Amino acid sequence: MSQFILHKSNTRGHANHGWLNAHHSFSFANYYNPERMHFGVLRVLNDDLIDGGMGFGTHPHDNMEIITIPLSGAIAHKDSMGNSAVIKSGEIQVMSAGTGVSHSEFNALEAEKLSLLQIWLFPNKKNVTPRYDQMTLDVDARHNNFQQILSPSADDAGVWIHQDAWFSLGKFDAGFETEYQIKRSENGVYAFVISGEVTINGQTASARDGFGIWDTDHISFKANTDGAEVLLMDVPMELN
Amino acid sequence: MQTIILYIGRDTEITVVMNRLLNARPEWKGICVCLDEEAVAICKAQHIDLVLLGNGIDHEAEKALKVSLLELRPGLKIIQHYGGGSGLLYGEIMTALHQV
Repeated sequence: MSQFILHKSNTRGHANHGWLNAHHSFSFANYYNPERMHFGVLRVLNDDLIDGGMGFGTHPHDNMEIITIPLSGAIAHKDSMGNSAVIKSGEIQVMSAGTGVSHSEFNALEAEKLSLLQIWLFPNKKNVTPRYDQMTLDVDARHNNFQQILSPSADDAGVWIHQDAWFSLGKFDAGFETEYQIKRSENGVYAFVISGEVTINGQTASARDGFGIWDTDHISFKANTDGAEVLLMDVPMELN
Repeated sequence: MQTIILYIGRDTEITVVMNRLLNARPEWKGICVCLDEEAVAICKAQHIDLVLLGNGIDHEAEKALKVSLLELRPGLKIIQHYGGGSGLLYGEIMTALHQV
């Protein structure tokens, strides 16, 4: 029997630092809610809006798979592995922090706000060698389709990470219906609605809502509004 | 009363950041080291409420460290710290301290 949880957007943690307006689907920084610690290995889902030219100075990470998806604007990234890059909307960035890495992230544009999702997953292996990757995605391929953007395998579509997780992005016309097959029986899916309104297994979710479902092998999906955009995160439910 | 937290991690830069973060809150006192021997000596010398295991500690070292620390302080809470910074720290510590 499938189980689900719906996190409405207005129940997320919120921190407005002036230059940074952040919403946290799970406990993060000073937002602590024992009921919102993680969904399986999905530990962080931050929805950040960053003012032009502003950002996070150099800071370290370890033992975490960090995925950044710019929704609009561009991020300037620099790290201790020697990577210096700009990641734009339509691209995805991944960093395996492993034994330790330092990086900075800034809004690359002075005159435009940067909207991004930052997602942290617990790794399936501790203390791996840090690595960085980014990829340009074919945005058209997600029209009425769940386009895979991340997997555990370097040979599969999208970027890869040290975890048995698959991410997919889709943008749908109103009335479009489909099913998504969960990749592993031990996994669940956390669907984050980026925009519009959708129905997942009979439950309606709106922009910035999160809908988690597990103990099932598939989900049924319907877009209720034109241009509804959804990120599916298919992740192990057991912590390693 | 302050909660005394011992952090052990191999990366010097992260250890410095953890020291700053843990000591930024008046309710916590953080002691941060890179070496297991140092950690054991500190645990022998003073009361510790919580141990955070940071980056770079391999499986064997982690096992040995836990045995040594628990021999000195039976019931001591030892948890893994993930992320190497402020993002998860507060939640990890609050969860550990409120676990029965």
